Amino acid sequence: MPEMLEVRNLKTYFPVRVGILDSLRGKKYFVKAVDGISFSIDRGEIFGLIGESGCGKTTAGRSVLRLVEPTGGEVIFDGVDVLKLGKEELRRIRRRMQIIFQDPYASLSPRMKIGEAIAHPLIIHGIADRREAREIALRMLKRVGLTPEEEYYDRYPNQLSGGQRQRVAIARAMALKPDFVVADEAVSMIDVSMRASILELLEEFRRDYRLSMLFITHDIAVARLIADRTAVMYLGKIVELGKTRRLIDNPIHPYTKALVNAAPSITRRERREKVKLRGEVPNAVNPPKGCRLSNRCPFATDICRTKEPELREVESGHFVACHLA
Amino acid sequence: MLSSIILKPVKAIFGNRPGRGFLIAGTIIVLAVVIMAIFAPFIAPYNPTAISSDTFSPPCWKHIMGTNRLGQDVFSRIVWGSRIILYVVLVATAFSMVLGIPVGLVSGYYGGKLDRVLSTVMDSIYAFPALILAIVIAVVLGPSPMNAAVAIAFVYVPTYFRMIRGQTLSLKGQLFVEAAKAIGARDREIMLKYILPNLIPTILVVFSLSVADAILTEAGLSFLGLSVTPPTPDWGYDLRVGQAFFLDGYWWLVFFPGLMIMLLAMAFALIGEALSERTSTSAR
Repeated sequence: MPEMLEVRNLKTYFPVRVGILDSLRGKKYFVKAVDGISFSIDRGEIFGLIGESGCGKTTAGRSVLRLVEPTGGEVIFDGVDVLKLGKEELRRIRRRMQIIFQDPYASLSPRMKIGEAIAHPLIIHGIADRREAREIALRMLKRVGLTPEEEYYDRYPNQLSGGQRQRVAIARAMALKPDFVVADEAVSMIDVSMRASILELLEEFRRDYRLSMLFITHDIAVARLIADRTAVMYLGKIVELGKTRRLIDNPIHPYTKALVNAAPSITRRERREKVKLRGEVPNAVNPPKGCRLSNRCPFATDICRTKEPELREVESGHFVACHLA
Repeated sequence: MLSSIILKPVKAIFGNRPGRGFLIAGTIIVLAVVIMAIFAPFIAPYNPTAISSDTFSPPCWKHIMGTNRLGQDVFSRIVWGSRIILYVVLVATAFSMVLGIPVGLVSGYYGGKLDRVLSTVMDSIYAFPALILAIVIAVVLGPSPMNAAVAIAFVYVPTYFRMIRGQTLSLKGQLFVEAAKAIGARDREIMLKYILPNLIPTILVVFSLSVADAILTEAGLSFLGLSVTPPTPDWGYDLRVGQAFFLDGYWWLVFFPGLMIMLLAMAFALIGEALSERTSTSAR
């Protein structure tokens, strides 16, 4: 398998501000946003990462690109450990690793013409001079469907709708012809009517550039539509990983089952076994001992409360972190 | 037809948005003073430094603002005096912008120790009353319009620094800055291409408010004889000479220079207010 990206035991902890008393006692608390996750993405593969808000999926995406500094682990991109790179090397490798953010209203500078926003990365990396960069930006605008492109080039973000802005953000990321892209909830803030066409666009780029993608979403339906394989995160850990269809249609981990159950659906054909979790997601500063779901899981036994389950391959290519699987 | 050609851009600038009246009033006064300064030789009816025997004449048709103890025409001195005050204030403001904006930007962007040191230095300058600090510097440098400008510039650097630093801090956390990092932009490019353009509204507001303040400081310095040397016409200086005769009933020597200083300062303050109201609403 030609792996584009391999993430090994990635951890990102954020220090929590503590009171004076605790700081005198030398106590430190951390939000373990990402707590040791591993996965790999092949060339040309779209890898979904799903979970509720707060489970650490966005932090995971940012950590892979080092937009947040991870606490530990390895991120091997095309044979290079990204976490070990110096500032300048990291800056250069960013040409090949891009990101599309969730919020297209905030990810573009309000005072930069959208054409320039697309052209700028090309100039930064010395791929093109000013004139060529303009040409490429125009081509990208056309490619993402913002035509007449000459006219769109000079527009400012506030003259565009959310969907159009997200197209600009995609064009900006794709202008560099990256090998790997993190799509962080890239369609969550887009009107439902526009989602399909944006997903279509990402799919096209994947095909044309043999692009690998980490597709982060909370929307199971979207993941099912676009992702080849998917991992489910809960409280900073991956609880289940496998082929998207199989994982969503036949979830094994109780958390995945609950998540799939909770997703609204217009065409529910079959009634699956219902899994309801108790209570709320616990605080990531102090996750439960043993299995992190043990305090909410209806099937939890003694071993769940004492021993943390490892991710095991239960079927070929299907991994589950559950003692009962 | 013609009126629509002229009115359209005017409407685009002033629009029908908050603070419109302030903006128009302020702009008219500032433009009037600027025109007065540029065309001083054509507007002033007399040589502002020419002494005549017609001393202490009250306002009349020949001297619409009267004459002073040397028989100089007060109106002509006011017209010529606008040059000095605008020159000093604009040079001073340009200096403090050139210093305050980049330092504030760098300090806010990088943060850390550098930021703490710079902030402390700037805060200690800021802690002094502006006029007193300007007086001390002007006294040390000696009386001249250029030195007055330097003194005023020094005093207003922290104003720019603090505003720019604060804004940079908040912009730094914005997603588009993270996006700029993600495309591989260098720190310098992030500051100049992504943060600075978003600071322009702030800079405009601080500019007009600090100019308003600087006008009063300049007038204060020249009132104390720390700017121009006689017989150069200057509002603050004329005010000082005039106040000696105020109690003798020669009110016009004080009234007109004072009025002009107040009007000009107010005009910039109005523009600043209008702009700040406007930027805070457009940010919504």
